[in-house]
Amino acid sequence: MAERWRSALLLCLLMAANSAANSAANSAANTEAPAPASTGNETTGTGHGTATITTLPIVTWKWHHVEVPYLVALWVLVSWLCKLVIEANHNVTNYIPESALLICFGFILGGMIWGADQVQTFKLTPTTFFFYLLPQIILDTGYSMPNKLFFTNLGAILVHAVIGTCWNAATLGLSLWGCHQAGAMGNIEIGLLQYLLYGSLMAAVDPVAVIAVFEQVHVNEVLFILVFGESLLNDGVTVVLFNVFDAFVSLGGGAIDAKEIVKGIVSFFVVAFGGSLLGTVFGLLVSLLSRCTKNIQIIEPGFIFVLGYLAYLTAEMLSLSSILSIVFCGVCCQKYMNANMDENSIQTVRYAMKVFANGSETIIFVFLGISAIDKTIWVWNTGFILLTLFFILIYRFIGVFILSWILNRTRLVPVTFVEQIIMGYGGLRGAVAYGLAVNLNETNIKEKNLMVCTTLIVVYFTVILQGVTMKPLVQWLNVKRATTTELTLVEKVQNKVFEHMLVGIEDISGQIGDNYWRNKWRNFEEKWMSRVLLKPSARKNQDRLFNVFHQLNLQDAMEYVKEGERRGSLDFIRNESAFVDFKKKLEEDYEEAMPDIMADMADDQNGASVMRRDPVPSISLEMHEQNMRGLREAEVINSHHLLDQHLYKGRKQHRYRFSRSHLDINQDENEVQEIFQRTMRSRLESFKSGKMGVAPPKTITKHTKREPQPKMPNGRNKNYHSGDEDFEFSEGDSASGYDTSFPMRVGYRAGAGIENPAFMPDLDPSSPLHIPPWLADAGLEVNQVAPSERAQMRTPGHLHRLASLRSRARSGETDQDLPPPPHRDDDHL
Amino acid sequence: MGSRASTLLREEEIEEIKKETGFSHSQITRLYSRFTSLDKGENGTLSREDFQRIPELAINPLGDRIINAFFPEGEDQVNFKGFMRTLAHFRPIEDNEKNKNLPATEPLNSRTNKLLFAFRLYDLDRDDKISRDELLQVLEKVDVEQKMSIRFLH
Repeated sequence: MAERWRSALLLCLLMAANSAANSAANSAANTEAPAPASTGNETTGTGHGTATITTLPIVTWKWHHVEVPYLVALWVLVSWLCKLVIEANHNVTNYIPESALLICFGFILGGMIWGADQVQTFKLTPTTFFFYLLPQIILDTGYSMPNKLFFTNLGAILVHAVIGTCWNAATLGLSLWGCHQAGAMGNIEIGLLQYLLYGSLMAAVDPVAVIAVFEQVHVNEVLFILVFGESLLNDGVTVVLFNVFDAFVSLGGGAIDAKEIVKGIVSFFVVAFGGSLLGTVFGLLVSLLSRCTKNIQIIEPGFIFVLGYLAYLTAEMLSLSSILSIVFCGVCCQKYMNANMDENSIQTVRYAMKVFANGSETIIFVFLGISAIDKTIWVWNTGFILLTLFFILIYRFIGVFILSWILNRTRLVPVTFVEQIIMGYGGLRGAVAYGLAVNLNETNIKEKNLMVCTTLIVVYFTVILQGVTMKPLVQWLNVKRATTTELTLVEKVQNKVFEHMLVGIEDISGQIGDNYWRNKWRNFEEKWMSRVLLKPSARKNQDRLFNVFHQLNLQDAMEYVKEGERRGSLDFIRNESAFVDFKKKLEEDYEEAMPDIMADMADDQNGASVMRRDPVPSISLEMHEQNMRGLREAEVINSHHLLDQHLYKGRKQHRYRFSRSHLDINQDENEVQEIFQRTMRSRLESFKSGKMGVAPPKTITKHTKREPQPKMPNGRNKNYHSGDEDFEFSEGDSASGYDTSFPMRVGYRAGAGIENPAFMPDLDPSSPLHIPPWLADAGLEVNQVAPSERAQMRTPGHLHRLASLRSRARSGETDQDLPPPPHRDDDHL
Repeated sequence: MGSRASTLLREEEIEEIKKETGFSHSQITRLYSRFTSLDKGENGTLSREDFQRIPELAINPLGDRIINAFFPEGEDQVNFKGFMRTLAHFRPIEDNEKNKNLPATEPLNSRTNKLLFAFRLYDLDRDDKISRDELLQVLEKVDVEQKMSIRFLH
């Protein structure tokens, strides 16, 4: 009920805003004020000192002063309010995609303006669209592009983009021309070349529309990337075709000979590759910049936007493909930026991109709706329009089927027939086609209005009709979806088993073919590009840290296992007195263990002081209460997310989907380390027992338990804060030594402490998350949930602490000289 | 080069493997080069350590089981034929094979054989039965058991 009131209120607001805009615009002497941010028409005067004044005005009405920016802001606000209204009710958006609703709102608004003005004062002008609304959408797609998926399917994407688009353009143009000759369209003056031109502008699948519709449908990744990648890359072809045919139309039919055609083909390569190359250059530039921006972290996020936009404009300037340029800019800079930038900056960039992209998309669709309500452009030709629609659909499907059939012969996992249908049906046309149509030269092309109208109708048809029916179609055809349904436990486990098995076999067999180039690229990249483009700290983190981590984990692995075996898995945890015992044991065993450890460890540096004994801090009851409360809440939340979080994800799942409105942060890296450690542990076990032949020495580690203690005395808040601090500390880490490509990109953040609490759940459920160890020993049941992220986020602090401890140990400090715990915390503040 | 001459793949071996597993000629040669690159001891067989040297297997929870799957019962070395035989399970199923009605020997990558392979991942003691313990072990490996503990407060 409240929602309906809200919606009604908003609608009224909209109309009020609208009429305000209208009256304001009208009072501005009837100039056709273009919609958002066009500086094409100069504003009439600046409002300064126009008429002569006779007395001092206290307040003046300075509309002209602010006209253009005001209208821009107002229209942006109105569009976004539309989106607000639409999203208020999810029942509707489940059936009708948001883009369709936005267009309808555009109709309404356009109608209101028309009613007020009798003339369409606001339209989607090509300048506005191409320069101010489109770039950020494409930048967002480039930046959030799942690189691995994209490049794996790049062959298929290119085939569809290039050959598919050419096919669409040619067939549409020729068929329409054929029908024209056959007289199906009555009396219109369009020649063959113009038909081809028209075909070329209608041929391109539109990325904005594709995202908008597929966003709500959640098809499986491969299908999505095929359609989506095609929609992005076909801009190269579209630009070329459009320019070529436009030039041909200007030249006139007679001037076209072989030379021109050859030039046309050459221009394709130049435009497409030139655009991509330009984008790559800009991408590398951004990456290089991000390496040096350590001191200006506050504006660090801004660079990608500026440089991305420059990439776009530069390509436009050089008449190369601007969309390709900005896409590749985003694609190339992703990895380096995420490695180099501060964590806050990374978040800011992603979020800001989504805001801009979403905002622009909304505005585009609203204005697509508004632009239709304009009597001056409407020319209706039934034959032309219907035939266009028909041919577009037919040829899209035919094209997709043929190309898929060809491609399937070389793909490992063929694109199924059902998926092909969806691909064909997903060939949506959108604002790009409209923008190109409005850009047509009227003198050369007499029937420009007809083309514009037909384009609009096609856009509406695809976005609204195909958008609405897409979801039911996907469900009806039972297309393999991005899995979101809840599987039973057995199914989940089994799926994981298969995934892991497959990944393992692929690794054993060297993933031949596909991976060969990927390996080469990776080697090249590590050697050259990383050196230049990554911050030294980021680079270091990428390889050396992993080695160190590796070594340290080996040690810990051994310690832990031995301890656990000796005492029985959970005994020493539940044992309340174990706490105290440990302390004593540590003192005893410290000397015992040291020589053993030293002997075992290959890496002397690390062998130094693995164990450390810390003084028992004082216990505060108040702290206890606080923690308990926090714990209960946390647990309730945690228990809901258990299974999903803690099943190890196969490597394939580390890719994520592209989503317009969701920011997914990959949090799987923690698992990888955990698995790694278990495996190494088990291997070491067998190795050690084989080698030594005796029961492993009694070594106590429990520094894992010790570690949290130093934090406690600093007050209860420290406990929680320390988690964050650790997190921040480790943000620079990206300890992925294996796969430096996309899936493991952002801060392999579990920074992988030496004592990764991953071990703890095995043998020590009382992982030092929220429960300070003394609580555990205070008689509480310690079988607690281990929220993995939280746990593993804390470890980096341990790593640091241990490192500092280690260095202190090496410098000869004895136990007695231990600095008091708070002091140690200052180290990593 | 001289010492490895004996381990180079001969044509008739390739033919044999091709018939048995269905891999193509080029695939076999490529997999052979992978095999030799894994085979640090250069004795024409792979041991468990050779597999464990593959870093990605360390982060695979099923890594050890997969490795075990390569080694036939009781043996510690696997030659190229055995290697290929195991890998053959993972070839994509070709459509025409589905139509064959009970061929004399089913190809290694048939659906049944794939399932058999998966079954053997669970069946550690190779008695053709998955005991409760074996299932539990798999569940452990993906860490369900441990992480399904909830600390119920009183």
